[in-house]
Amino acid sequence: MKPKYLLGLLVVGAALAYLIFGGLGQNLVYFITPSEYFQQAERYQNRPVRLGGLVKAGSLDYNPKTLELRFVVTDGVKEIPVRSSGATPPALFGENRGVVVEGRFQDGVFVSQNLLVKHSESYQAPKEGWTPEQVRKLIEEAE
Amino acid sequence: MQLARSNPKSRLDGLTWLVLSLGVLGAVVGFFMAMSSPPDQNQGFVARIFHMHVPTAWMAYLASFGALFYSVAYLVRRQAHFDRVAAAAVEVGLIFMALALLTGMLWARPTWGVYWDWEPRLTTTAILFAIYVGYMVVRGAIEDPELRAKAAAGVAILGAINVPISYMSVKWWRSLHQTQSIDLTTGKIMVDSAILIPMLVNLAAFTLLYVGMVRLRGIIAAREAAQEEA
Repeated sequence: MKPKYLLGLLVVGAALAYLIFGGLGQNLVYFITPSEYFQQAERYQNRPVRLGGLVKAGSLDYNPKTLELRFVVTDGVKEIPVRSSGATPPALFGENRGVVVEGRFQDGVFVSQNLLVKHSESYQAPKEGWTPEQVRKLIEEAE
Repeated sequence: MQLARSNPKSRLDGLTWLVLSLGVLGAVVGFFMAMSSPPDQNQGFVARIFHMHVPTAWMAYLASFGALFYSVAYLVRRQAHFDRVAAAAVEVGLIFMALALLTGMLWARPTWGVYWDWEPRLTTTAILFAIYVGYMVVRGAIEDPELRAKAAAGVAILGAINVPISYMSVKWWRSLHQTQSIDLTTGKIMVDSAILIPMLVNLAAFTLLYVGMVRLRGIIAAREAAQEEA
């Protein structure tokens, strides 16, 4: 009885290891970078893609009335213009911040259906001397 | 009742009470500390859910190692006690896993913009959640106690493989979830001490609560088993 269970566990373990290190490792690309897009531009045409990078400083253009949002995603090497419409971006969205957009490439522009903000793993208190109440006021004023 | 009293594993001992009450006390203190901790400079007050999300998520991971330890102990020693504690570890872990997923979703909506996304960390955590649920299903489906214990141990061992994968997923693959703020592999801490200390208090409190609840569940399970035998 015992060796049979051991064998079964080994088989399942090996299958999982293969899936994770062999198969998944290559296919599990959550988003592509602008550089990767330009390497294989044809491959990514007219199919749903996730594009990730930083919002380039000075490229952000948001019209609150039409909800049309334009910005440039960069990975430091290549840049891709992105157009998004119909939804208010999350509050954390901004220049020099991480972003993942879901959508398609159309004539050199990435048309985003869904915009996700990637924030950092760092949690720091605001500048010295600021009390939580002051920050609360600041947030309320900004809205 | 006579049987229950004769087995030391089914006695509600002082240590369990102590661990549970310290855990409850710590959680109350931790809550007030968390609510008076400074906001994050980028995220503001919403980042305070960190104090709840990180400890529950760590407990959800810890549950898997607890279940692994007691499952292996059962397979080696074949004592029903180890099987009962392994089941308790998963059962209580399932509660913490649900809390971790819930707090994570509530945090994700205002920061990332979505409640859920099939990115590596979330996907591997969802798999772990499914394994915990599967573990409970397997236990419910098998009548024979020995076969049930063996099958459940197999599920628990497989589930534990997923924990390091889930933990490292934010490093191995591109993800939406940020990398670890307190990185156990490099020792880097990216959190202000004013935010870190309340979180560590909560972590300690949740660990005590987890251990206490597993002990309590193990005692209840031992009494149930004694009653079935009688």
